[in-house]
Amino acid sequence: MAGDRRFRFWNLRRKTIAAAGLSFGLLIFTAVLGHIWMEDAMVTDFSRKNLSPCLSYPFGTDWLGRDMIKRTAAGLSMSIRLGAVTAGASAVIAVILGTAAAVFGKTADRLISALINLIQGIPHMLLLILISYGMGKGFRGAAVGIALTHWPSLARLMRAEVLQLKTSQYVKISEKLGMGPVQIALEHMLPHLFPQFITGLVLLFPHAILHEAGITFLGFGLSMEQPAVGIILSESMTYLMTGKWWLAVFPGAALVLVVLLFEGLGQSLRSLLDPGSAHE
Amino acid sequence: MGKKAGGYIVKNFIRMLTFLLAVSAASFFLLSLSPIDPLKSNVGQAALGTMSEEQIARLEAYWGVGIPAGKRFLAWLSGVLRGDLGISLLYRQPVLSVIREKAANSVWLMGAAWLFSGVLGVFLGTAAGAKKGKWQDKAITAYCMITAGTPAFWLALLLLLVFAVQFPIFPIGFSVPVGVAVSEVTLSERLSHAFLPALALGLTGVSNIAMHTRSKMIEIMESEYVLYARARGERGWPLILGHGLRNLLLPVITLQFGSISEIFGGSVLVEEVFSYPGLGQAAITAGLGSDVPLLLGITLISAALVFLGNLTADLLYLAVDPRMRRERRKEAERRNTHGGR
Repeated sequence: MAGDRRFRFWNLRRKTIAAAGLSFGLLIFTAVLGHIWMEDAMVTDFSRKNLSPCLSYPFGTDWLGRDMIKRTAAGLSMSIRLGAVTAGASAVIAVILGTAAAVFGKTADRLISALINLIQGIPHMLLLILISYGMGKGFRGAAVGIALTHWPSLARLMRAEVLQLKTSQYVKISEKLGMGPVQIALEHMLPHLFPQFITGLVLLFPHAILHEAGITFLGFGLSMEQPAVGIILSESMTYLMTGKWWLAVFPGAALVLVVLLFEGLGQSLRSLLDPGSAHE
Repeated sequence: MGKKAGGYIVKNFIRMLTFLLAVSAASFFLLSLSPIDPLKSNVGQAALGTMSEEQIARLEAYWGVGIPAGKRFLAWLSGVLRGDLGISLLYRQPVLSVIREKAANSVWLMGAAWLFSGVLGVFLGTAAGAKKGKWQDKAITAYCMITAGTPAFWLALLLLLVFAVQFPIFPIGFSVPVGVAVSEVTLSERLSHAFLPALALGLTGVSNIAMHTRSKMIEIMESEYVLYARARGERGWPLILGHGLRNLLLPVITLQFGSISEIFGGSVLVEEVFSYPGLGQAAITAGLGSDVPLLLGITLISAALVFLGNLTADLLYLAVDPRMRRERRKEAERRNTHGGR
């Protein structure tokens, strides 16, 4: 009987909620932990340099005696916060332009779709290099580049949603009942678009974080003094030949884990918020 | 029919020209925003201090400092229209010949990665779709999820670590052996230098195509003609190959032609890891060293490549899928009847 009750308690919805909560908790934990370790991550100590992973230094130490687990966590924390800013900015651009394309008629639609084609027509990494160079490299270059290039797919989705909503019966009825466009937008469109927006926002994170790591790795992003996984991996290249494998393996694996957590969080949110699958 | 095809080509040629014009204007605008002083980043503050006014003025003229962006753009554009992409400031050669030299290396890498990710992706996707819900499907889906979140350059580092440092099977870097004349490089040497970079690029590029193939395959396996084939007694791989692969190959090839942008973007990172002297590495060098003409040239060439890839995808669809042809005709008719509004 007890097993039966347990079985009923852990249905798919609760499992998904638990998974989403766990991913979210882990990500917040990483961000906070990295922030606390931010100072420690920079401490050099030549009495402990080049240590391979052991109990007190699970990720090992580098040639300056910096604790790699702290450096990695600090870098990931930076990535998560930069991801939050850039994905947020990108999602806002996506909503504004996507809605504008759907609402302001053919010319606006054509212009915005031309802009999307332009952005998607240049290889992403190259476009990031161009923008980063234009902004003078560094944190600003990486952040502006990522924020300006990740909105097209979400904007397309938003455009399609708004177009569909515009022709939906309840919006038409509201128009006939004399509701103003602002009221319709707030009361009938926003509740429908908001879940899509949140899911889209969370699913932008993995891309934003991976591109931040990539552009930093190439030398166009965060600077050497800042904690970043891209910097760690780019520095590790010098030391790989001498067999210091832990400098590259663990930080990269941690980055992959963070990306997968965001991806999982996004997928869980999608299935929870989408009415089609919310009650499975 | 011939007239129609001609019109199609002309239309797309014009589309490509306007697209490339927009790309060059946008990238020129971005680069001209830059606060980076090319003299300081290439000559160095210390060296500048010891130079005479005259030397500095000559350097400024070389790097194009102080000329308004609009004027520079028009000068550059008129050169491009005559087939002259300018002189690379770092390599001190015409941009076109730098690009030609680097592209010759990149072709090996990107071509191999493109083919590899395509073939492996189709294979994995077909297998996963045919075994939907079984452990094979779960394993392949999990693999695709993980590689979608794996940065290609980190995988490249791991491959380098395992297959070039720990077990020195493959060379550590570059596109040809060091100290060997270009004419004496053998095909196998080229391939072994491109192998690890291409593997890194291909392994991470698989997930997109595999997942698309999988969902298409699932659709096919649920179709009535597969049910009928099963009823006739067809089983296993002959069924999958004969009824599945034939029907999904076209959309998949189309998708692969549309993925050139991603392969190019990934190759920038992977080339950096392996010091592979291709277009991607040239782009990085140009960006770090303020070589604006080279960066513009590479952007233009890669955008053209991406455009041609997408165009090939469209054309393939039109050429092979009769349903698409009919739809286009219908669309054209609709436009003709309602176009006068």
